[in-house]
Amino acid sequence: MQVHIGSLTLRNPVLAASGTFGYGDECKELVDVNGLGGIVTKSLSLKPRDGNPPARIVETASGMLNSIGLANVGVDRFIAEKLPYLRTLSTAVIANIAASTVDEYCAVLSLLEAQEGIGAYEINVSCPNVKEGGLSFGTNVAMTAQITRRLRPLTKKPLILKLTPNVTNVGEFARAVEGEGADAVSLINTVVGMAVDARKKSPKLSTVTGGLSGPAIKPIALAKVYEASKAVKIPLIGIGGIMTAEDAVEFLLVGASAVQVGTANFIDPATGLTVATGMARWCEQQGVARVADLTGALEVSTEFSVLRTWL
Amino acid sequence: MMILRAPVVSLRSVGPDMYVLSLHAPQIAANVLPAQFLNIKATDGSEPLLRRPFSVYRTQGENVEILFNIVGAGTRILSRLRPGDLVDILGPLGCPFSLESDFRTAVLVGGGLGVAPFPHATNALSRSSRQIRTFLGARSSPHILRDHLQNVSVATDDGSEGYHGTVVALVRNALESGSIDRPKIFGCGPEPMLRALARAAIDLGIPCEVSLESVMACGIGICQGCPVERTGGEKKYSLICNEGTVFDARTIKFS
Ligand SMILES: Cc1cc2nc3c(=O)[nH]c(=O)nc-3n(C[C@H](O)[C@H](O)[C@H](O)COP(=O)(O)OP(=O)(O)OC[C@H]3O[C@@H](n4cnc5c(N)ncnc54)[C@H](O)[C@@H]3O)c2cc1C
Ligand SMILES: Cc1cc2nc3c(=O)[nH]c(=O)nc-3n(C[C@H](O)[C@H](O)[C@H](O)COP(=O)(O)O)c2cc1C
Ligand code: FES
Repeated sequence: MQVHIGSLTLRNPVLAASGTFGYGDECKELVDVNGLGGIVTKSLSLKPRDGNPPARIVETASGMLNSIGLANVGVDRFIAEKLPYLRTLSTAVIANIAASTVDEYCAVLSLLEAQEGIGAYEINVSCPNVKEGGLSFGTNVAMTAQITRRLRPLTKKPLILKLTPNVTNVGEFARAVEGEGADAVSLINTVVGMAVDARKKSPKLSTVTGGLSGPAIKPIALAKVYEASKAVKIPLIGIGGIMTAEDAVEFLLVGASAVQVGTANFIDPATGLTVATGMARWCEQQGVARVADLTGALEVSTEFSVLRTWL
Repeated sequence: MMILRAPVVSLRSVGPDMYVLSLHAPQIAANVLPAQFLNIKATDGSEPLLRRPFSVYRTQGENVEILFNIVGAGTRILSRLRPGDLVDILGPLGCPFSLESDFRTAVLVGGGLGVAPFPHATNALSRSSRQIRTFLGARSSPHILRDHLQNVSVATDDGSEGYHGTVVALVRNALESGSIDRPKIFGCGPEPMLRALARAAIDLGIPCEVSLESVMACGIGICQGCPVERTGGEKKYSLICNEGTVFDARTIKFS
């Protein structure tokens, strides 16, 4: 079940997605965290962030919109209060970093780099819910490339760039970060969306728009991972609406080497474990020797995919 | 805190669109404290996708009960359950009312379905030597649910039963009369009611805890989706699901 993301070996391909598993300790009563391939922390910023005013969440058809606004304890308190627990885990810990300037990304990564216990970095250039930085980085190829270029020399650990689906051509972004030395790309972050209360004539979220996640976005995520897989050679981590082992296998088939489970953790924080064990069983039943053999094994009989005709 | 699939023992209609659902969940029944809640998945599928939070209404031996009314898809599904059906529950969640602190009379104030945590609280209080006064408010008489409560006074919006007006006005009158010995208020209900109740408690210098609601995705502190603004303190927001749902009314910045 092992897979590799740059120099990082994951015991299985299933990670808990950023912002959906806290800092790991919140869920330990409900799930054997070490059974996961790894956990990605909530996005860490240089200073603590309060996050957005309520309402931050609304359920939509087979999904949810969120506008958390990167509420997090900040990197210093993360190091002091959260990392000691994460260090006791035998599974991979990936620190997710968010920032509003390039210097801030560098500062957070440098502070974490001085600590033991972090296996890789995931760089969030794609949060739709903050005013500054956030999406404005992730929807600009030159900025995304620049962030990667500045961060690359600061660490030898795997650098994963987390991309937004809210762009026309995600392959271009994947290619740009690969060119700057990123070890992997994870995608997708949430899809910009909106919910309206017709009776009150008002948006349901305090920030008007938010990020859509859950099963509703899986088809979008599959298409984006597929597109990225055509653009780059570095490993991809597929994210978006994964609830079951079969969902995860679909992501591997379109080109992902690993996956992250997000929204499903809110329903059951042990979903990642169920997905991982389900994938192992699936491979056994299907006669797949190594889960890594599934990556990119999609059989496409026609060249006339919508993707190609659009681009 | 655990996730389990609990069989339905019974579903009873207790008022207009109001139901009490009893579930066999010994591990939860034995431990759940007043104002704690369960996060319930109404279906196996993704419609609705997220769990729905409900206060524990009562425990009966190995069973836990919730009180709900039909407001949308999730509660509609719950209203169609039959004995033996399995319900996926996560709980018990949240911090309870502090019933141990220094007071003589517990003043329980419920607005609408906000009555839900009080039967369980009444049961816990009745094991101590404290007095209980209960104040319920609702739209009209059929929406008042006085089962398993003690010393109930009622206020209705339409005057069809008890005091004609808000439950907070009723409580304020009772407290101002000075007839209640060393009171502490415990409130649950819609936000406008809790805001008025907090104001009354602060004006009268009476300790008051409120149990708050929010839309919740996880119920366990991982999604950051359920903030409430606090006064003072180092952080602007607290999470209703795991830092609450119960808060000292003075520390809440009502919107
Ligand atoms: C800690 C806690 C305890 C609760 N205890 C009870 C209880 O004991 N009994 C009970 O009947 N209900 C209780 N609720 C409210 C209950 O969770 C909602 O009514 C339920 O989620 C509605 O689900 P639905 O799918 O039927 O409706 P949905 O389709 O989700 O919603 C229908 C409508 O209700 C609104 N709504 C949904 N959830 C809430 C909420 N939490 N607060 C205010 N409005 C909401 C929606 O905006 C929408 O307009 C509690 C909520 C919390 C947070
Ligand atoms: C409530 C919530 C909070 C999130 N917070 C973050 C975050 O802090 N950083 C980040 O990179 N992604 C964040 N995400 C995005 C998820 O990691 C994931 O990319 C997205 O939700 C799609 O996956 P899913 O459909 O499995 O949830 C968040 C998602 C949700 C629903
Ligand atoms: S509901 Fe998820 S943090 Fe409170």
